[in-house]
Amino acid sequence: MTKNYLKLQFYSLPCNQAFARDAVAAFCVPLNPSLSELSDIKTAVSEAVTNCTVHAYRGNLGIITIECESDERSLHIKVIDTGRGIEDINKAVQPFFTTLPGDERSGMGFTIMQTFMDDFKVNSIKGEGTVVYMTKNLKVETENA
Amino acid sequence: MQVLTRKTGGVLQIKLVGEMDEYSAPSARAECDRFILSNTAAKKVVIDLSEVAFMDSTGIGFLIGRYKKATANGMSISVARPNFTADKVLSVAGIYSLIPKE
Repeated sequence: MTKNYLKLQFYSLPCNQAFARDAVAAFCVPLNPSLSELSDIKTAVSEAVTNCTVHAYRGNLGIITIECESDERSLHIKVIDTGRGIEDINKAVQPFFTTLPGDERSGMGFTIMQTFMDDFKVNSIKGEGTVVYMTKNLKVETENA
Repeated sequence: MQVLTRKTGGVLQIKLVGEMDEYSAPSARAECDRFILSNTAAKKVVIDLSEVAFMDSTGIGFLIGRYKKATANGMSISVARPNFTADKVLSVAGIYSLIPKE
């Protein structure tokens, strides 16, 4: 499998969430992921994109960029915003931590990204934006799997 | 997301159909609450997840919100038939210790 690359840019509208996760899923189909791997990737992307809409841009219109790179059996995903940034990353990644408790937010977004993907990192600068890096290592293909 | 509701005896059956995310949750939330609040004599709410094709952590917040709504009105609440996608999200959050799976 040769390397492949995708860059997506779209407005931070909630209606683009399904499009974003489905586009990333479609990009990784040539890697023959299992249904469970595909579902993990879609969920993690959905969490990252939701964070951009809800937290980074707080309902204002902004641009979300997703970059995907695939090589052999790995999918590397970057989700980038230029929103408000995260004050305290260590706190933000704690399970059940949310800055919007009255809003039926679970505070589980980062925990799900970490649990569902094989590698996860987040960089953020206050007032400038956030980049979430995630990697999924896909299992070796088996014939007729 | 579609919300199908049915009342059987003292049980409120709520079946969610489609994808649960930040975009689809608000209207599903409003429909569920309307159904619960117009049937407060019921004893139990069952949320059927068998037709939920996708769910992210929005689903966790959604279920906790309905748990609060149901228990505040004297009803118990459970979830039924989550597929593996929803099941994984709900298990990671330990949601079944609060809202049992039927």
